[in-house]
Amino acid sequence: MQTWSLVSMCVLLGIVVRWGVSLNSYSGAGKPPMFGDYEAQRHWQEVTYNLPLQEWYFNTSENDLNYWGLDYPPLTAYHSLVCAYVAKTINPEWVDLHKSRGYESPAHKLFMRATVLVADLLIYIPAVVLYCLYLTDGSTKKKVCTVFCFLLYPGLILIDYGHFQYNGVSLGFALWGVLALGLGWDALGSLAFCLALNYKQMELYHALPFFFYLLGKSFKLGLMGRGLFLLVRIASTVLVTFALCWLPFLSDPGDAMQVVRRIFPVARGLFEDKVANTWCSLNILIKIRSILSIDSQIYISFACTLLAVLPSCVRLLMKPTFWQFKLALVNSSLAFFLFSYQVHEKSILLAALPVCLLLNDLPLMVIWFLQASTFSMLPLFLKDGLLVPYAVTSLAFLFFSIYLLSALEHCSEEELRLGVYHRLLFCLPKLDLAWIVKWKFYISVSAMAGLSVVTVALVPPTHLPDLFPVLVSSTAFLHFLGTFIYFNIVQFSEPPSRKSQKKND
Amino acid sequence: MAAVDSWSWFPALALGVSFLKCLFITAYHSTDFEVHRNWLAITHSLPVSRWYHENSSEWTLDYPPLFAWFELGLSHAARHFDPDMLLVENLNYSSPPTVLFQRLSVIFTDLMLIYAVRECCRCVQEQKGCRDVLNRPSFVLAALLLGNFGLLIVDHIHFQYNGFLFGFLLLSVAKHMQHKHLQGALLFSLLLNLKHIYLYVAPAYGVYLLRSYCFTHDNTDGSVSWRSFSPLRLMALGGIVASVCALSFGPFIAMGQLPQVLSRLFPFKRGLCHAYWAPNIWALYNTLDKILATLGVRVRLLQEAELPRASMTGGLVQEFQHSVLPSITPSITLACTLLSILPAVTSIWLRPRGARGFLRCLLLCALGSFVFGWHVHEKAILMAILPLSILAVENREDAGIFLVLTTTGHYSLFPLLFTPAELPIKVCLMLLFTIYSFTALRTLHSGQVSLLHPLERVYLLGLVAVAFACEVAFPLSPWQQMLPFLPLLVTSVYCSLGVCYCFLRLHATLLRPDQKTKQP
Repeated sequence: MQTWSLVSMCVLLGIVVRWGVSLNSYSGAGKPPMFGDYEAQRHWQEVTYNLPLQEWYFNTSENDLNYWGLDYPPLTAYHSLVCAYVAKTINPEWVDLHKSRGYESPAHKLFMRATVLVADLLIYIPAVVLYCLYLTDGSTKKKVCTVFCFLLYPGLILIDYGHFQYNGVSLGFALWGVLALGLGWDALGSLAFCLALNYKQMELYHALPFFFYLLGKSFKLGLMGRGLFLLVRIASTVLVTFALCWLPFLSDPGDAMQVVRRIFPVARGLFEDKVANTWCSLNILIKIRSILSIDSQIYISFACTLLAVLPSCVRLLMKPTFWQFKLALVNSSLAFFLFSYQVHEKSILLAALPVCLLLNDLPLMVIWFLQASTFSMLPLFLKDGLLVPYAVTSLAFLFFSIYLLSALEHCSEEELRLGVYHRLLFCLPKLDLAWIVKWKFYISVSAMAGLSVVTVALVPPTHLPDLFPVLVSSTAFLHFLGTFIYFNIVQFSEPPSRKSQKKND
Repeated sequence: MAAVDSWSWFPALALGVSFLKCLFITAYHSTDFEVHRNWLAITHSLPVSRWYHENSSEWTLDYPPLFAWFELGLSHAARHFDPDMLLVENLNYSSPPTVLFQRLSVIFTDLMLIYAVRECCRCVQEQKGCRDVLNRPSFVLAALLLGNFGLLIVDHIHFQYNGFLFGFLLLSVAKHMQHKHLQGALLFSLLLNLKHIYLYVAPAYGVYLLRSYCFTHDNTDGSVSWRSFSPLRLMALGGIVASVCALSFGPFIAMGQLPQVLSRLFPFKRGLCHAYWAPNIWALYNTLDKILATLGVRVRLLQEAELPRASMTGGLVQEFQHSVLPSITPSITLACTLLSILPAVTSIWLRPRGARGFLRCLLLCALGSFVFGWHVHEKAILMAILPLSILAVENREDAGIFLVLTTTGHYSLFPLLFTPAELPIKVCLMLLFTIYSFTALRTLHSGQVSLLHPLERVYLLGLVAVAFACEVAFPLSPWQQMLPFLPLLVTSVYCSLGVCYCFLRLHATLLRPDQKTKQP
């Protein structure tokens, strides 16, 4: 069968699954007074449509920032505005100022879901298809299998189409950036990444690898010659893109500063809810938030993040190849997730995207991490009433990714890049590491399945009401930490495959 | 070793389709959902003697008794989900556990279909030297049957148990292909007692079993050898059918309720066509009548006041009279149906061509009754599409017919899901299935030459135009208010052209000389 038909079938299946999930409930459905992310997005449409641009980020009599005030960069606001225009033509009630607060109806839900799908169809899905077809190795069939698994990653689908957010937009832009960089179009890549950054500030998780990759590339070309030219071109692209995105806010410096303050809410604390990162897990043992002041929390988390990111970024700067770039993206986003300030459980999607890029190279590890990342958001899904889609999509993803990418067959020590461990553990007797990894995978998957069942089926003891969410988040944390260490080691070991290097030039 | 390994794709495919089905749990469901919930309640909480008398819901039990027993079995599992759904007076009850249970019951009973498909796949001839799994006839057949668009939307969104029932039909066909005729007959009589709509294909079974099983061998010229008749085999068959019927209807005969049961099973108070006209000959007939009436009024041959007041496009009107053409009665449709299946049935009597010939006869019976039957549902087209899949992977010409019939037949199911939320699903699934069937069958019959005649291709492209006009353009146009049922009319008329064309093409294949590929 031709590639086009296989790819189009993958895409169609991706759409069907997305839409199937979107038939379910969303965050905060029928839960006044605050509702959830769905209402936040609707409220932003209302605000951007009805208020002048200067008031969007300010607390005024017409704009109550305490009720889902806009706290994403301008591109999100523009996107809301475009959606609001469409909403207005369909039904003006949906974006009526003040009166539409908490508006819910089946037709409106359909409209909101459709906006997510349209954004995905325009940005995320084409990027995934092109990436898998042009930047992965192997036969056509293998590429199609990668498209299939990439598109069906459950975490993103459940958050965007179940919980309700537009992560597909920012992640899609970032993916376009990766794609362009992989094809050697550096200026276009930085343009796409700037768009991502201006859509969602959390894209900062990916910023350092982009920066160091391009910097390293310029160094390699020679800072006095073509490298400088490249650097200037990229810098001007970035500046122009940023200036265009922020243009309406630049007339008054106060406006721009207010936007920045809204985007980086320092006052919200080290972490919220149960996040599977270092601080929240540490919190089980030490109550950091009560010991340290907010300022020192910021400094500590900043220092830790920097320390964690540094090795992979330095390595990337020294060896700016596409393979290193992909690994650095993983390591940097995981470092940010594990150590930075104010992390949401949904931010794991930012790490999941670069991990997906490695689906073809390290299938078992990638699938393992992706499964853990979906699992880490379980409490959120349960709150939103997404149990059935969570169970179905996770099981299906686990089964099909392993089956199609033959993950369990490709796990010799060489294929898992475990050689370094032997050198690190030279004192120990020679172990069959691949075998151990495989068993660890089985045990961890059954642990995640078991915890999912227990969380759903059992009532926690009264004196430990948060027992299951904490168990879920600390299990996930262990997985993320393990993945972080593993990918760092992979980055520092020899790039063993000729295949991945071939792509760099 | 190779045989074991080469089937590993089958569970994966089956599992994948089942996962997909699970995603539609919260989707829209039609009144059939309430029908089946009500039957669960009736069979669970009432004594057997009341089953076919109970009428507190408008959705009375109108399937044969074996299906009622099946519902009784299901209701015992349903108890553990939500006991309230088993109360007869709880009309239109659909709590989340009820929905979950009912949806899961369809998904789990589809195991029957999965098993049957597996058996059918074993019977198709594999091409030699084909190493790619995707291009193997058995894989294509499994994908076409398990991933069938019609079954997915009718069972898992609209809500019915067709997958389970088609499992019996396909398994019985597979058993005939494996020369296990008694098992095949047993499965079919079970099926008949589960849903009597399969009576339509009973002539094919009757004639085939009589001719190819009860007569043990043929004369040298292929005609029937009367002396080879084996009364023992006939008695075995009769015994099987009679005992299954006794098991199913026995208790009701004992209670003297047979007339009541039969009156429920065969309600003749319904009209010629369903609210939405199934794409058959009567849709064309009705349209012709309407056109003639309008023309007649235009040229003053008819008085508008004299015409029977019947809104043809009115959707809700079940019984109406034709204005110009003679009205059609049930006996006319019965006669037409019998006439239409006659060639197929005679053909397998005169020239038995093994299980493939029987299968062709079976689907001609199904299609004949679809085209000429009384009060046909559009869903009945599946009865022709599914068996045709088996022939399509083995024969090039059948593949061409299959593509036309499935595409039109499936498209005619579109009005079944009218809710806007399900629009993307039906469109994408339809595209998915259509793209797959076109590319897979073309690769399978390894040709650069298209499987379709240019005219057929034009017709199918026209279908895209009709779909666009009905689903997108029309709702936005001002005619939406004046003629709300126009899209349904256009859909059924356009699709009925394709279905009738396939019906004729399939009859033409009966005249085809025997080919080597036909012999099992």
